[in-house]
Amino acid sequence: MDADKHFVVGIFEDEDVLLDAIRKVRSSGVKIQEVYSPFPVHGIDEALGYKRTRLPIAAFLFGMTGTILALVMQIWMLGYDWPMIIGGKNFASLPPFIPVTFELTVLLSALGMVGTFMIVSDMKPYKWPRQFDIRSTDDKHVMAIDLAMNAAKSKDELKRILKDSGASEVNEKSFE
Amino acid sequence: MQVVSAIREPLITGTKTLKDVSHDISRQVEGKPTRLWWTAFGISLALLSWGAYCCWMLLWHGIGVWGLNKTVGWAWDITNFVWWVGIGHAGTLISAILLLFRQRWRMSINRAAEAMTIFAVICAASFPGFHMGRLWLGFYWALPLPNTFGSLWVNFNSPLLWDVFAISTYFTVSLVFWYMGLIPDFAVIRDRAVAQGNKIRALAYNALSFGWQGGAKTWMRYESVALILAGLSTPLVLSVHTIVSFDFATSVIPGWHTTIFPPYFVAGAIFSGFAMVLTLLLVTRKVFKLEEYITVYHIELMNIIIIITGSIVGIAYITELFISWYSRVPYEGYAFYNRVQGPYAWAYWSMMTCNVISPQLFWIKKIRTSIVATFVLSIIVNIGMWFERFVIIVTSIHRDYVPSSWTMFYPTMYDVGQYIFTFGIFFTAFFLFAKFFPVINMAEVKSILKSTSEKK
Repeated sequence: MDADKHFVVGIFEDEDVLLDAIRKVRSSGVKIQEVYSPFPVHGIDEALGYKRTRLPIAAFLFGMTGTILALVMQIWMLGYDWPMIIGGKNFASLPPFIPVTFELTVLLSALGMVGTFMIVSDMKPYKWPRQFDIRSTDDKHVMAIDLAMNAAKSKDELKRILKDSGASEVNEKSFE
Repeated sequence: MQVVSAIREPLITGTKTLKDVSHDISRQVEGKPTRLWWTAFGISLALLSWGAYCCWMLLWHGIGVWGLNKTVGWAWDITNFVWWVGIGHAGTLISAILLLFRQRWRMSINRAAEAMTIFAVICAASFPGFHMGRLWLGFYWALPLPNTFGSLWVNFNSPLLWDVFAISTYFTVSLVFWYMGLIPDFAVIRDRAVAQGNKIRALAYNALSFGWQGGAKTWMRYESVALILAGLSTPLVLSVHTIVSFDFATSVIPGWHTTIFPPYFVAGAIFSGFAMVLTLLLVTRKVFKLEEYITVYHIELMNIIIIITGSIVGIAYITELFISWYSRVPYEGYAFYNRVQGPYAWAYWSMMTCNVISPQLFWIKKIRTSIVATFVLSIIVNIGMWFERFVIIVTSIHRDYVPSSWTMFYPTMYDVGQYIFTFGIFFTAFFLFAKFFPVINMAEVKSILKSTSEKK
């Protein structure tokens, strides 16, 4: 059987039942493809065993880029390229450069982080998502299990595990 | 497990299910606009077109069409600029600072408040833009772009340039923050459109949602991004009005160079921003029948923030007066004596009444939980905040150092027209937003539904 094509899909009504179910399903040795929810469920990342995202590091690095860029730009422009006497002050003095440095730090950090998020999450306007169940943005939590990834267990066995862990519906879904 | 509080009031009333939330909010987007909406939108467009005519006249003839003179070189333009920027502070405050403080009542109001922020910042930015006279050269004057005069760079020592960076960063980051919140909700509308068989809407909202799926991994990253954006926006929102106040505070004009300006301006900004959020939301909840999502409890909490910030502003006014006397600087003393007693005393006392006295009425529970009283007072607060900026700007400069240049400021039709122009932008944009975008953050409301909603 091809991977990433044939799925068993469990539908859950309640986020607490879902969290319990994830633990039960995983402890019975089943690999979960992904869980789709209409809202962020707290604790789901630990239940699924996801590692913490490294986006904060990206945000920090982009922010530092902004800081350095802003300082280099201001010091070079006013200190070296075209020095101007303004109120008898130093050509390149740090205090008046702080506001612009701060703003560019925030700007690059925010834009860089959101851009990174879009890229790593594969989000683009022309992409039509592969939906396991259309209700997953409305009021249902949807757990997708790839049959090929769980070849040790039969389809019926997987369905039974889902049902036993509290799924209100269990469906099958195949993609071209 | 979630803990349901027996003490706290529910944030969402009317025993809603998750499906009800999707339905109640998406309904506005899916239905045909009502006659009321068309009327309101038509009025906004009329304001916008009249304002656009005034802007055209200004660009054609130059800023001489405004009522500015040699002594009063800054008046309505900067007053309106600061007023709009101030209004634009509530949205990011609600979505960022209240997120960090885990105030869950913000979830019903943050979407509309952030939209308002973005539109208010656009309105604000139009004033310095048009004041440059030659708008099309603005980029060269305001941004460090290479040019053929040297390159002669912009002056990074000037608070006016700091403003350019502060306002544009604030606009961009607020826009990104707002849009991030909208992404999962656009996906809700897309999936409802698929279920309803509306292909065009499904495609359009899918593009808007960037193909959102809502997988656990994406949600985890998404929450991390939201938290960091909140952390970045918190100092940002405080920095913006601080930098706006530097326009005055770093000058040497009596009445302007006061060190309390940054905190005083920030408090005033939150004060006026919350008032504008209330004005708009009281109408929105009525028109779109969202009383169960934006409850009287939400309104009461916002009114409490208005009391706090209004009182901070009041203390700032009194401190200013006291310091002008205590400093024994004759120029400073005169600037404030002139505010209280001079030809613009009416403006000063309007400001005092609207900003310091009227919000104190919210100490009375009956008033702060009354929709009509809140609506009236929210408008009074914004009138007061407009007068605050007018008083600071015009009364400080209309009595120059040389009595022969003493003068008054009289706005012309084009000063008024420019102000109307921004109202046109603001309301046109807001009505478009209210029609085509979900006005309440569905995903966030759903996440708190189990713990803080009214139960059967």
